[in-house]
Amino acid sequence: MRKSMNYIRLEFPSRSSNEGFARMATACFASQMDPTLNELEDIKTAVSEAVTNAIVHAYPDSIGRVTLKARICEGNVLEVTIKDAGKGISDVEKARQPMYTTGGEERSGMGFTIMESFMDGLTVRSNPGRGTTVTMQKKIASRATGQR
Amino acid sequence: MDIRTQSVDRNLLLEFSGELDHHAAKNAIRELELAVDTALPRRLVLDFNGVTFMDSSGIALLLRAKRCMDALEGSLLVCRVQPQAKRVMDAAGIDRLVHIKQEGTV
Repeated sequence: MRKSMNYIRLEFPSRSSNEGFARMATACFASQMDPTLNELEDIKTAVSEAVTNAIVHAYPDSIGRVTLKARICEGNVLEVTIKDAGKGISDVEKARQPMYTTGGEERSGMGFTIMESFMDGLTVRSNPGRGTTVTMQKKIASRATGQR
Repeated sequence: MDIRTQSVDRNLLLEFSGELDHHAAKNAIRELELAVDTALPRRLVLDFNGVTFMDSSGIALLLRAKRCMDALEGSLLVCRVQPQAKRVMDAAGIDRLVHIKQEGTV
């Protein structure tokens, strides 16, 4: 496990009105890493996808608990973990495929594809009946050392 | 999310402003369908200039708009897309199904 320099932990009910709050809070926290506007938008987009998945799929007929943890790790890497205790995903491989959705016409099935392309790492762990944990990493390039 | 509607000679223009996430998309999709059912347009233009944030919920909205216009044998154009929304559209590969014009006028 990477050494953590700073972190936040948020917990909120799976109401869709919290999607905006979750991505804004994560972006505010990440801003201390001096990211570019593009990097911040990437983080907001990926967090929005993961939180929406928890709201739509983990708790389809009820309101449950969603936990978001963001931490700054060595090497200027942001790690975001979104965890629910909902119904879980029986086939994670299938769920990660583009256009696959069980969410009906309101969803596009592109959530995991977008998380993958906007972040540098994505891990999905799920236990049917017990919940899902999505962990994503984003390397924030350092402006001072000219790595950009 | 705010949607302004203009319909002239079976050309329907919908101007979106605000954040298009799952929370907003539920109503936005309903409003889009209602506007299309009312105007029965030959051409539907979605102006995304005011969309400050979009996730895959916006892709679901575009797919719905495409289906609505296919049923009417009409055309669909998405225009003035901001960079963040464009990156989401590119990652989803939606440009294979929907005509997207990033710059210029409606």
